[in-house]
Amino acid sequence: MTGAVPRVGVVTFPGSLDDGDALRAIEQMGGHAVSLWHGERDLRAVDAVILPGGFSYGDYLRCGAIARFAPVMEPVMAFAERGGPVLGICNGFQVLCEAGLLPGAMIRNRSLRFVCRDVWLRVETAQSCITDGLTPGETIEIPIKHGEGQWIATPEQLADVERDMLVVFRYASRTGIVDEAQNPNGAVNNVAGIRNAAGNVVGLMPHPEHAVDPDVGPTGGQPLFASLLHMAMAGVIG
Amino acid sequence: MKTFTFEVLVTLKDGLSDPQGKAVESALPSLGWTNVHHVRVGKHIKLDVDAEDETTALEQVRGMAVRLLSNPVIEDYQVLEVSPK
Repeated sequence: MTGAVPRVGVVTFPGSLDDGDALRAIEQMGGHAVSLWHGERDLRAVDAVILPGGFSYGDYLRCGAIARFAPVMEPVMAFAERGGPVLGICNGFQVLCEAGLLPGAMIRNRSLRFVCRDVWLRVETAQSCITDGLTPGETIEIPIKHGEGQWIATPEQLADVERDMLVVFRYASRTGIVDEAQNPNGAVNNVAGIRNAAGNVVGLMPHPEHAVDPDVGPTGGQPLFASLLHMAMAGVIG
Repeated sequence: MKTFTFEVLVTLKDGLSDPQGKAVESALPSLGWTNVHHVRVGKHIKLDVDAEDETTALEQVRGMAVRLLSNPVIEDYQVLEVSPK
């Protein structure tokens, strides 16, 4: 079963791109990285699951629409319902929305342009599997790279999300000011990431797995992976 | 068993911003059409379904539209045409 080091699984769908970086980030942050295959109904006894970025199944029809029905998603959804930590990054976030594990949906960026740059995020809650130990109001820098990252929701969903404090990150300035100037894709209320009510399922458009190595850029992803490993460990102990 | 052909039209819900529609709308005036407004871009999905009768086939296509072909959070769908082969 599991040892002292938490096992974190990363699902590879056909068209996933960032599974390699996610696996590497887990190892770099002290976890044991486990590759999971979209066509298998087996989570290989992992303590947390990451759905990585990319263009699963070519993003045909809608981003994440086909991946959501991949065989591996059955155990992932059961794992999430049992309270297991599940993190969806970029395309993974889209998959979680399509699967109904998170509210809302993603449409094309307001600018219609693919946006690829480092952004600042304001932490909105510590009640999530990737912000445990962080302080609401603090800012972190990590990159975004997406063409369809404009998160939207029905008015009812949006009201629930804000009332229940399900927003985990908002696009902000370095000093934490949230306004339209800091919004790279037109997401409603500058939403960059959200969680489910329990906080064990989180989706975000920015890429923490590209921001753990000081040699190649900002390191804002480090505390997020530290949190995920900590929460995965809690599952091991619990 | 017969084959029925359907067309499913998937469109972004009214009121939602449609960046693709806006891009098309802003391109049209440069070609001389300055009198166009409210351009919306959607998806057209054509499919053949084998079923005992039209009602059964239609019911199945509606199921497909809800579960996979459209996302009810952001899109509406219409089953457009039925033509038995």
